[in-house]
Amino acid sequence: MIEVSGLSKRYGDVPAVRDVSFRCEPGTVTGFLGPNGAGKSTTMRMICGLTPPTGGAATVRGVPYRRIANPGRHVGVLLDAAAQHPGRTGREVLTLTADLLGVERARVGRMMEAVGLSPKAARRRVGGYSLGMRQRLGIAQALMGDPSVLILDEPANGLDPEGIFWMRTLLRDFADRGGTVLLSSHLLREVEAVADRFVVIAGGRIAAQGTKAELLTAPGGMVVRGLDPEALEGALRRVGLVAEPDGAGAFAVRATAEQVGRAAAEAGVVLLELRQAGGGGLEELFMMVTSGPRETR
Amino acid sequence: MTATTTTPTAAVPAASLDEPTRPPLPRLVRVEIRKMVDTRSGRWLLALIALSAVAMMPVMLFAAPRHEQSLAEMVSAAQLGIALLLPVLGILSVTTEWSQRTSLATFTLVPDRHRVAAAKLAAGWALALALAAASVLVAVAGRAVGEVLNRSGGSWELAPEQLGKVALLALISVSMGVAFGMLFMNTPLAIVLYFLLPNLWSAIGAMVSKLERAAGWLDTNRTMGAIGDPGVTAGEWTRLAVSLAVWLLLPLVVGLVRLHRREVK
Repeated sequence: MIEVSGLSKRYGDVPAVRDVSFRCEPGTVTGFLGPNGAGKSTTMRMICGLTPPTGGAATVRGVPYRRIANPGRHVGVLLDAAAQHPGRTGREVLTLTADLLGVERARVGRMMEAVGLSPKAARRRVGGYSLGMRQRLGIAQALMGDPSVLILDEPANGLDPEGIFWMRTLLRDFADRGGTVLLSSHLLREVEAVADRFVVIAGGRIAAQGTKAELLTAPGGMVVRGLDPEALEGALRRVGLVAEPDGAGAFAVRATAEQVGRAAAEAGVVLLELRQAGGGGLEELFMMVTSGPRETR
Repeated sequence: MTATTTTPTAAVPAASLDEPTRPPLPRLVRVEIRKMVDTRSGRWLLALIALSAVAMMPVMLFAAPRHEQSLAEMVSAAQLGIALLLPVLGILSVTTEWSQRTSLATFTLVPDRHRVAAAKLAAGWALALALAAASVLVAVAGRAVGEVLNRSGGSWELAPEQLGKVALLALISVSMGVAFGMLFMNTPLAIVLYFLLPNLWSAIGAMVSKLERAAGWLDTNRTMGAIGDPGVTAGEWTRLAVSLAVWLLLPLVVGLVRLHRREVK
């Protein structure tokens, strides 16, 4: 289980993460979504005790990560698959991890097999690996201590469609056996099929979170089209709603149908369309919340 | 927790997080030693350091006067390259973690960063002692060759005191490297400043007469050089200690504080 409460991080005057709270339950896969630079990696580093937070706290299985005696035996972490010494062989990287964690060396071979790295590939230096192979190596490293929690930052980066399918199966199995998974991505498609819950972050803040069903029916996901777009936008603004043009003449509005309808009626604007966003899966919602109201600072 | 009744891990008490215990220090040291020898660049550096001792032997055999070709002199000569390169070994053991970004995995698996620093220091000591021992063996071989070629006329004597000093200087050299690596956390910066700062100080100390007295206490080239010679006085030991407080202890302490606070990315 992972619990994040009120995590914040500022770099000088620049807030990178602001008051982020969420929890990941055992048996579930949580997709941590957001565009690049939204604060996903910073949040994950704070959970793992690598970045000191400016405010708030995070616990893994009830204690701060750094308080776990031998964290690799409980939490599998992959924060950046590219962060490996290019001169080490894949097998050597895993052997070092196995030695450090105090698990038997035989696990090295088993883990390589589990992630689909051939013995030949394992004897090669990591410098010659593709990003996809590094991701597999990183997953093997994370699984080395037989953890019950996995924290993976952009693990699907560089994987081919077959690799993404493999990763999905692996994470699903892990969660179905009672494990907790937190994985981030800037591409919704990569995690949509595997995640039970979603935490969407934008501009350092949580923009939305919940199950797929909750998010799709959540107030805030409306698409509205009017006969006179400018008048409609003005009508919405007058009642304090922010209308995001979708580029095709309609607006995305984070409000209920009733709020939008009343605003239009008051201004006498003719509506042509008013519906829940999300017809195109989570993607529409993802695009909407992450490109959401402009930050005003 | 509410929706987790079906999950087995939720039932595991938090106390189990103390088990298994944290990796003991000797294990961390073994892993750090392995990290220093398991890459091609690491092995090249170690080979280079050993070769620097070997390279001094022909110099001694063919350039030094016959009566100066004693085992003790050859051991001293073998230390030249070692003293120069051991700090680089120490620096790289720390800075490659940052340049190759392996620090991310290292500090995720061992969150107590001071234990990693201690393990790196101890690993550096182990390799430094191994290289110092190798250099002594090289000197013995060099002296033997001198005997066979009938070029060496010096004694075969080797005082235990000299062996102790060889070991001590090797330990100091590698420790200074680790300290500088930790202070700057950047390979080129640490290496350049390691060689530049003490030498700059030596040069200034020689030029500016007012600094002459201070240089005698703070210039490691002088204080460590004095230890290498036989018959070290109490005053020379004190000077060594003072200079090491500035060039070893201070960077080490500041480096540890930086390491503790630094964000690992």
